[in-house]
Amino acid sequence: MPDATKTTAAEAVAETPVAAKVVDGGEASGKPRSLWGDAWRDLRRRPLFVISAALIVVLILVAAFPGLFTDANPESGDLQNHFLEKPNLGHFFQADWFGYDRQGRSIYARVIFGARNSIMVGLGVTILVTAFGGLVGMLAGYFGGFWDSLLSRIVDVFFGIPFLLGAMVVLNAFTDRTAMVIIGALAFLGWTQIARVMRGAVITTKHADYVMAAKALGAGTGRILFRHILPNALAPVIVVATISLGTYIVAESTLSFLGLGFGNDSFSWGSDISDALNDIRNNPHTLIFPAGMLSITVLAFIMMGDAVREALDPKLR
Amino acid sequence: MTITDKTADVPAPRSGEEKSGRLLDVKDLHVEFHTRDGVVKAVNGVNYSVDAGETLAVLGESGSGKSVTAQAIMGILDMPPGKIPQGEILFRGQDMLKMSNEERRKIRGRKIAMIFQDALSSLNPVLSVGYQLGEMFRVHDGLSRKEAKAKSIELMDRVKIPAAKERVNDYPHQFSGGMRQRIMIAMALALEPDLIIADEPTTALDVTVQAQVMDLLAELQREYNMGLILITHDLGVVADVADKIAVMYAGRIVETAPVHELYKRPAHPYTRGLLDSIPRLDQKGHELYAIKGLPPNLLKIPSGCAFNPRCPKATDICRTEVPPLVPVTEQDGAELVGRGSACHFWKETIHG
Amino acid sequence: MAELKKGAEPEGAEPTDATPNVTEVETVDVATPEEAVAVIEAPAERGEPILQVRNLVKHFPLTQGIIVKRQIGAVKAVDGISFDLYQGETLGIVGESGCGKSTVAKLLMTLERATAGEVFYKGQDITKLSGRALKAVRRNIQMVFQDPYTSLNPRMTVGDIIGEPFEIHPEVAPKGSRRQKVQDLLDVVGLNPEYINRYPHQFSGGQRQRIGIARGLALNPEIIICDEPVSALDVSVQAQVINLMEKLQDEFNLSYLFIAHDLSIVRHISDRVGVMYLGKMAEIGSDEQIYDHPTHPYTQALLSAVPVPDPEAREGRERIILTGDVPSPANPPSGCRFRTRCWKAQDKCAEEVPLLAIPERFAGQDTPAAHESACHFAEEKDVVHAA
Repeated sequence: MPDATKTTAAEAVAETPVAAKVVDGGEASGKPRSLWGDAWRDLRRRPLFVISAALIVVLILVAAFPGLFTDANPESGDLQNHFLEKPNLGHFFQADWFGYDRQGRSIYARVIFGARNSIMVGLGVTILVTAFGGLVGMLAGYFGGFWDSLLSRIVDVFFGIPFLLGAMVVLNAFTDRTAMVIIGALAFLGWTQIARVMRGAVITTKHADYVMAAKALGAGTGRILFRHILPNALAPVIVVATISLGTYIVAESTLSFLGLGFGNDSFSWGSDISDALNDIRNNPHTLIFPAGMLSITVLAFIMMGDAVREALDPKLR
Repeated sequence: MTITDKTADVPAPRSGEEKSGRLLDVKDLHVEFHTRDGVVKAVNGVNYSVDAGETLAVLGESGSGKSVTAQAIMGILDMPPGKIPQGEILFRGQDMLKMSNEERRKIRGRKIAMIFQDALSSLNPVLSVGYQLGEMFRVHDGLSRKEAKAKSIELMDRVKIPAAKERVNDYPHQFSGGMRQRIMIAMALALEPDLIIADEPTTALDVTVQAQVMDLLAELQREYNMGLILITHDLGVVADVADKIAVMYAGRIVETAPVHELYKRPAHPYTRGLLDSIPRLDQKGHELYAIKGLPPNLLKIPSGCAFNPRCPKATDICRTEVPPLVPVTEQDGAELVGRGSACHFWKETIHG
Repeated sequence: MAELKKGAEPEGAEPTDATPNVTEVETVDVATPEEAVAVIEAPAERGEPILQVRNLVKHFPLTQGIIVKRQIGAVKAVDGISFDLYQGETLGIVGESGCGKSTVAKLLMTLERATAGEVFYKGQDITKLSGRALKAVRRNIQMVFQDPYTSLNPRMTVGDIIGEPFEIHPEVAPKGSRRQKVQDLLDVVGLNPEYINRYPHQFSGGQRQRIGIARGLALNPEIIICDEPVSALDVSVQAQVINLMEKLQDEFNLSYLFIAHDLSIVRHISDRVGVMYLGKMAEIGSDEQIYDHPTHPYTQALLSAVPVPDPEAREGRERIILTGDVPSPANPPSGCRFRTRCWKAQDKCAEEVPLLAIPERFAGQDTPAAHESACHFAEEKDVVHAA
């Protein structure tokens, strides 16, 4: 602000109109902008994010409403007319678009219906793993000492079990392998990664000055954990969860491929890939389409995770 | 002369090994950073020079561009996002900005060395101090391991690290903050450069250790007749060791003066404000003078004089015209050697 | 109600007098938590000791082993310090890094448990309080942190940050009035009340520190502990914040414990000053006694090392340059902790720990040198003014 005694007309012009009361602390810049909001604005401008988000939206639609995308029945085969029929790539969204398999079933329909199980397993495992692993990691990181030692040793034990091998052993015990069973088995073996990430993030955050400030105000443990620590420790967890969603889908397909996932009465890209193996030289289309869908899905989640990581990385701010 | 605006005639480059005369001449240097939010104009036309055996203190707050200028001189700016759209950096008369990378690399370390604020992060934690010191000799001079180690011990002795022989194989974390800063100094000194740039060398140290390190630096500078650019925000540290001072604000030099002159009679309202706003150790004052407002946002530097929104003397001209750095004279017009001020009202500021 | 245990002597003396800084503590016995809260809530008289620290000790154990932890030593961060803070005054605590000054702040805020010693707030030992009484103490002792970039939760709005104290202590402000209170606080610290919905990263360092101060003021505390509140700020902004803190002290009748390493700022703001070295108090007295008449060699060295922004005054001053670094608090020297760097050290210094008391040679004299100094060979030396 200029010296009041020297106010002139020209100065009034030069002065930008200040709507708000000007105080000695000076002006802050711009509109309210939260860190999450900033990250979101940043994400929207990343092509990587836009592409992966579009893919994921389509995949979720496919999983939720497969009927919108095809009216062919993925289960009824017509051996007489369609045995291993080659794809008709011009017939968009038609039953014969991707051709037929050796049981005369529409591959397009099977790919569409297979999405539901893959997405459901991916999402389900991620939600369980994030909730349980996140909780364990948070408690171990925050309380430290004995609880940390105990929980960390348990995490180490689980970490020592090879993920796929463990899942095969567990699933082998079940004859009726529904989606819930598969989700449960994968989550049971997969929560340790999130727990570790969360523990590390919480340990870093709990020493922050603002946590100290909240304690000095007399804040209780719940408020400190959920108001101050969790929102600030969440970023790396979100990144890991997004990326591992893709790997859970791979795991489900692998298990189905090996015959330990979804059975023949259900749909899975993995079991379709397994079926295709018999004759891939002559009929590559039976492999290419389910495998391609699987790859695109996994890629979409991993790309999303990468984009989110870059947007949330505080070092780039 | 400090006011290089006026010294268009650059002294002819001296022969390479001679340690005297004009070392560095920064002319109309501009540096900007292209970021998501816009163009950050960090340095907007800086001119300064250093002679052999001279200490130039560059004084400024965060965001004044004092460190960015130094990084540009050293050629360690991240480019992109950094960009030097304009300016010259003459080392012994040769423009470093026009040199090839190879030529610049030869000057860096050998002719110009830098000391950083944070000694711990500037040293490699997995290599012993002796190895890191010796690296200079192995790479630049092609000495053997053994010779390099002997040289390292000699250097550590020179910067007065006790028991250098026993400690040469220790790792950085085994030294205290003051000792680590000495190691940094030893490293900068290793190849006996002509010019040392010290960026806040004592800011991270305790007061009693600060004094030791500053003394050492001043002593070594005299001994080797080096030029020294001391970058700092601390008016106290500057007063101790500098010959001349350049005060920076929003990427420009707003005042230059020999050290005694600056403190006695500041010729820029910003300098005066800074001097008035620090409490004194030897007397208890009443309310402190405070410069109002905030340091400028480099994304949108105020038009005219960048200091105008905070300046008690600002008038219309300050909001429209950028004041050039002009020589400051006595009231009767007598020349004041080395003094300059970038204020439309420098006469009123210095002469009352 | 509360009952005074020891004879209540009216303590009307100005805290800046050369009286011993440690007076007898008037402990107050309470039977129930309600009584304790009542004692804590009772207003303090100006010039009365409001906070009395006695032989406060904090040792951080050094352990080895992962599952079975074995103690192999201790970092003696704070090793028996005592001082009083009077109502309405500013007590400065200065010292170099590692001297334990920040640990003192955490102990007073009960963010760390003391290993030994007492902290009396209005006669109640807060190291032994819990539950409601502790919460009441926390309301009355607030803190301003050093780094305005890390002390505000980046994911909360300014309104939420300053309003959080009201959520934790709902009895202070009814729900409907909170927004108005937060805006009033913003106004008090010189920020635009319309910024209530902004986030910390939208403010500069000086503005953030104002937000931190507003949070500290929210509960209308009696004591504010300031841990290096301006050292992270630009020089031109430091003065603004210091002036603001002085203004608020007058306006809200606050007592400050001002912890800093910048001796010039501490002199400016403090009524009394304590100098800490390696977990012990080396010297304590009024600002004039410490700065113009220091008797402890460490204080003298510290003061003489401060760079003064005046090259001419500088040349006339004596400079004492200490050799070496501060020893590790895990393994402090025997006897006087400063002896390893002291130019006066003799055998006695290694054998006997000097007590913080008025040195014998000055005892009973009416001289500013007669203030407490923990040195066997205390003598006055002016290092601040040009000879």
